[in-house]
Amino acid sequence: MIKNRKLLFQLAVSLLSFAGASLLVNAADDPFKVGFVYVGPVDDHGWTYRHDVGRLAIEEEFGDKVETTFVESVAEGADAERVLRKLATDGHDLIFTTSFGYMNATIKVANSFPDVKFEHATGFKRADNVSTYSGRFYEGRAVIGTMAGMMTKTNVIGYIASFPIPEVVRGINATAIAMRKINPDAEIKVVWVNTWYDPGTEADAAKALIDQGADIIMQHTDSPAPLQVAEERGVVGFGQASDMKAYAPQGQLQAIVDDWGPYYIERTKAAMDGSWESKDTWSGILDGMVQFADYGPSVPDDVKDAANLVREAIVIGELHPFQGPIFDQSGKEIVAEGEIIEDGDLLGMNYYVQGVNGSLPK
Amino acid sequence: MNAEMLLLTALTIITAATPLVYAAIGELVVEKSGVLNLGVEGMMLGGAVSSFALLHLTGNAYFGILGGAFAGIFLAGIFAVLTLGLQASQVATGLALTIFGTGLTALLGKSLVGVGHSGLQKLPIPFLSDLPVLGRLLFQQDVLVYGSFLIVPLVAWFLYRTSAGLTLRSVGDSHDAAHALGINVLRWRLLATLFGGACAGVAGAYLSLAYTPMWVENMTAGRGWIALALVVFATWRPGRMMFGAYLFGAISILQLHGQAWGIRVPSQLMSMLPYLATIMVLVVISRDRGKIRKHAPQSIGKSFYPTT
Repeated sequence: MIKNRKLLFQLAVSLLSFAGASLLVNAADDPFKVGFVYVGPVDDHGWTYRHDVGRLAIEEEFGDKVETTFVESVAEGADAERVLRKLATDGHDLIFTTSFGYMNATIKVANSFPDVKFEHATGFKRADNVSTYSGRFYEGRAVIGTMAGMMTKTNVIGYIASFPIPEVVRGINATAIAMRKINPDAEIKVVWVNTWYDPGTEADAAKALIDQGADIIMQHTDSPAPLQVAEERGVVGFGQASDMKAYAPQGQLQAIVDDWGPYYIERTKAAMDGSWESKDTWSGILDGMVQFADYGPSVPDDVKDAANLVREAIVIGELHPFQGPIFDQSGKEIVAEGEIIEDGDLLGMNYYVQGVNGSLPK
Repeated sequence: MNAEMLLLTALTIITAATPLVYAAIGELVVEKSGVLNLGVEGMMLGGAVSSFALLHLTGNAYFGILGGAFAGIFLAGIFAVLTLGLQASQVATGLALTIFGTGLTALLGKSLVGVGHSGLQKLPIPFLSDLPVLGRLLFQQDVLVYGSFLIVPLVAWFLYRTSAGLTLRSVGDSHDAAHALGINVLRWRLLATLFGGACAGVAGAYLSLAYTPMWVENMTAGRGWIALALVVFATWRPGRMMFGAYLFGAISILQLHGQAWGIRVPSQLMSMLPYLATIMVLVVISRDRGKIRKHAPQSIGKSFYPTT
């Protein structure tokens, strides 16, 4: 036993000296360290995958001046805080936390590490060293909502949603408003799967919706499974976060593609030269954060034209997806013609508009 | 809800229950032999990635199934070497197997992400598939679903109607007594563990070949843990296990349908239900020693040190 203790002690000493030495080495040529926390696996082919494409864009841009790391499949909640603390203590200078559910953990850890800069995606809480950023994905939803309204024959759009947070509710509403402008008879049926990523359950939800008459499938979850089910059942759908054509060569009508690369490069550059400050960025189609794939083979020309028109109108500022008149589920006007729902209200959106079936889980 | 929709819903329930049936029946046999392998999730992922890789390489989904089974056997073999050979803790090794499987499959599957395949084809059984309702429900499925209908009665028959099954159960109930009778405890446990691995591999293969024909990282999303819970829920009885798998499958599918109908069900509660049910069963077991507990393997999780 005593022998063992001695051995342990020696081991500890040598480990410590090794750690010390490596710290010195690090100090000598210190690359700028950027960390990423992902909610899903890098290879989800959706949301997380697109963030990782952004991370690789940083590496491409700065070469060996910047070192990036990522931690994937981090659960939202207590585990996120542990991971964030680890990244901060490991000497990361800038940390991107890429899911809404990391909001409180980000603020808490940022408070203990004032020298580390944090960037939280899709949230609304900021601090001196915490910025927030997001894409105006609802602009993309307005485009695909237009397409769905024109193309549905059953007038039922199936929508697979993750968690009832404003980001997701906003997407549903933007779709409904655009769809109803074209087709006042169409309705959206929403199924909440209570996860960002579970291919099996996402597929089950798609099947349930198709069984109940949906002929167009939309999703706000991260795997390509729903689109694949759509393809198999002979209905159509839209890719989410990245181009999912490989899983539905016939069935994918269009996909909203997230492009984080330019923002990540800009913020890394700012953090490196000292010009970084806490701010809120919310970019849309105009700035290129929200992009599109190519139209699928089954999209008729008039639908393409209408979609392009909506897209152009949003870019030049002629159309806002949340521009009145907007009606609530009972048909009462909640936003008058010509008025626009302001960003602050959009960020807290917690109600359904006309055209969405069912009631929003609280 | 009309008849057609009921039928479609039932078909989806079968799809949801099938991977659970395979993974749980395998684990049930493993636990009956006195081994607790918590690596089901890892072995399922191993099966899922290998079967999809083989489908991708050969274009034949049946090779995929075989590949999935062998991947499961391989991972279970690692577990067996560590726990049966080197007497490592079964709980820790099983957990490690799941973590290892998750990472390894993510690495191996990198090039398979973004690849689409049509997957396992349905294989209607002649004549029977023409039966009204039942034909579509039971006899127009793929080969893995047929297999899941057969494997449970087969395992039940093996465990309770054959002398080999009796031996396996005796090994799980008291390895010392079995050893004293001259039974090679470790060999029986090895075979059971490998069978469990094969079943978990096939469960994974069903996910990546039939359920959602694709490979994405961590695609089992916790189904291995539900299978583990199911074995306890079923108090180690194959029939109840099958019932449980279909019950869990039905609950998860019906709540999705309910939502699309506009019926409000808290989906958080639904995702908790399998575990809540298992905890309730555990409570009942611990209260009623005589009746329910007699099916629980008594030496589960204990390492066996063969003495001469």
